[in-house]
Amino acid sequence: MNTSKLNRLPISLQLIVWITIIVWVVIALFPLLWMLVMSFKLPIDGFHPNPFVVMFGPNTLENAGGVSIINIVLAGVVAYFLISTFANRDDLLERMGSTEDGTNPLIVIAFYLGILLAGVLSFVFLIPWVSSFFKLLLGSIPLLKTLVEPILGLTTQHYEAIWIENAFYKQFLNTLFVTLGVVSISLTIGTLAAYGLARTRTTWVFWILIMALIFRALPHSTLVTGYLPPFIEWGLYGKRIAVIIVLVAINQPFTIWMLRSFFMNIPAALDEAALVDGCNRLQAFWNVIMPIMWPGVITTGLFSFLLAYNDYLVSALLLDGETRTMVPAILAYFNRETTLTDQLEAIAAAASITFPLFLLVLFFQRQIVSGLTAGAVKG
Amino acid sequence: MKTRPFLMFVGPSIVMMLLFIAGPLITVFVQSFQQTQSVFETVERETCDPFGCKTENVTIPQVDENGRAIRETKWVGWENYRVLLDWQNVRAAFAEGGRGLTDVTDIAFWGALRFTLVFTLLTLPLIIIVGMVLAFTVNSLMKSIRGPIIFITLLPFIVTPVIGALSIRWLFMGDGIITAQLERLTGNNISMFAQGWTVELLMYFYRVWHVAPFAFIIFYAALQTVQSEQIEAARIDGASRWQVIRNVILPHLMPLIVFVGLIHLMDAYRVFDEIIGFNAEAFRISLQWLTFDFLTPDDSGNRSIGRASASAILTMIGIALLLIAPLRNTWKEQTGRA
Repeated sequence: MNTSKLNRLPISLQLIVWITIIVWVVIALFPLLWMLVMSFKLPIDGFHPNPFVVMFGPNTLENAGGVSIINIVLAGVVAYFLISTFANRDDLLERMGSTEDGTNPLIVIAFYLGILLAGVLSFVFLIPWVSSFFKLLLGSIPLLKTLVEPILGLTTQHYEAIWIENAFYKQFLNTLFVTLGVVSISLTIGTLAAYGLARTRTTWVFWILIMALIFRALPHSTLVTGYLPPFIEWGLYGKRIAVIIVLVAINQPFTIWMLRSFFMNIPAALDEAALVDGCNRLQAFWNVIMPIMWPGVITTGLFSFLLAYNDYLVSALLLDGETRTMVPAILAYFNRETTLTDQLEAIAAAASITFPLFLLVLFFQRQIVSGLTAGAVKG
Repeated sequence: MKTRPFLMFVGPSIVMMLLFIAGPLITVFVQSFQQTQSVFETVERETCDPFGCKTENVTIPQVDENGRAIRETKWVGWENYRVLLDWQNVRAAFAEGGRGLTDVTDIAFWGALRFTLVFTLLTLPLIIIVGMVLAFTVNSLMKSIRGPIIFITLLPFIVTPVIGALSIRWLFMGDGIITAQLERLTGNNISMFAQGWTVELLMYFYRVWHVAPFAFIIFYAALQTVQSEQIEAARIDGASRWQVIRNVILPHLMPLIVFVGLIHLMDAYRVFDEIIGFNAEAFRISLQWLTFDFLTPDDSGNRSIGRASASAILTMIGIALLLIAPLRNTWKEQTGRA
């Protein structure tokens, strides 16, 4: 019997598969997409009960302008080029200078930054320039005129309000500071510890790992309760470094577990060879193991980044005023009595926060998946 | 590795964890038996108006030479726990004329405990089922579109929890798009944020939306490691598709179902971001939110550290009780296998 025929799904099952996938894609994307759509509209359109009004924004078009067919086509072309460059990144990177050891991480970073920069430049400068050129060219011709006239209501005024008038970049810088601090400190300490734990077999190691697992289950508010009185006493309250300390501590058990599972994948024979050749432990670790460990470190770094970037509880309790990070700032903005415009500004801020995460998944999908499964599949 | 280099490598992390995780735990335990309050003093103050002067006694907080309020910390024994657990009202609820459990869940702590437990135990099977269905479905798609589907699936998982909850709240708010459509379909006036159970429902939905992708990734990765020979053999022996799933694939996935379940128990018990995102504190609170609320300064700038510590300790006892049974089971299996 032919097994491939056996494994092929009958039509009825295929139908169910496709319906399930489509339903899930809609559920997964809709809340985030709708947030994005609303953030570009005036309040009358943004909160309109008719979804088509929200999408096409007739009032926004009338009062704040919009985009024309030419704009949309140009954006589509640029997006197509960016996406196809990105989709073929493996081939391109290989041509741009891979050696036998794999691609130089600096080239990979430069490549990603290049795509990002190209995207920003084309959306901020190229598309408006080319559009205005077309407008000059076609603006007075009767039928072609419709191509360059705005048809879809769209305004960036909420983004301008939040980033420029309300100085949201201050909160962004705070988040950046906290996030970078947490990632660098927890990776440094965690990598050392995980290496030690992966290369030692004593009951101590077992108990340290169990202790870390128990610490992982602790509610975060419990820890903050312990920190708050001494922090206020020592004047650390409201300092960003306080949040970094707490988040590094919260993150440490998880970091150790994940990095350890990556180190376990590297055969111990490598270190032993280095030790026999006269390296000491630290040299073996740094010169032999770390160069092949970077993927694991990057993956763990991504998850540390997410923890720090997404945190609300710790930052809301320990920071105030000028040092506040982005997430608590939006909540404060949204939960007070506000006008509809203020609410749309909060939505624009929320969309701005989500955008870097979107890029993160786009660039590091493979690492995220491997990180999620690292501990699990072997566990 | 020998002891000395081992300590050198592991030392910083251990010190860090002892100092910044174990240390605060001890502080919390001690604080839960204390109360810190401003010291008040009664002074005679003379106030004069055109009709003459009078003296009265007023109570004001004592301040030190820098103008800061003096605070004193005193031992109060079980007082913080007593206030939190509120046995008196619990007993009253079950006495003559009480409304039983309804009254008990009106007390902040018991209400929080009820919500946290129901939330944890109800979302657990939902997440495993949704994750499993997604894993099987994506696994039967053609290879070329699996990547984009996984990308889309990761988005709800990676998005900032508070923002994710907000994005769903915006759909259901007074004039949100989904509420508006539902109102048009049913002709009724629907308000999702006017009563507790609808808010609770939305919070369940959010959590499944947020965590099912994690379960999906784990199960999907495991499906790739199922040996195709085994499946083919079973199929040739006449097993139906469903029998293959039940007798070949599910046993293979079982350790991972336990893994996802354990992680989810730990994370869902800490439920907090939903309460903030959905602004649900008027209807439903969780244990971690209760601690958070005690730590947030009230109108006069005071934090109830003592209450917060007691609530934190009770929360920890809860997670210990919840995890002990599944952990012991896994332990037995692990040692049994080895």
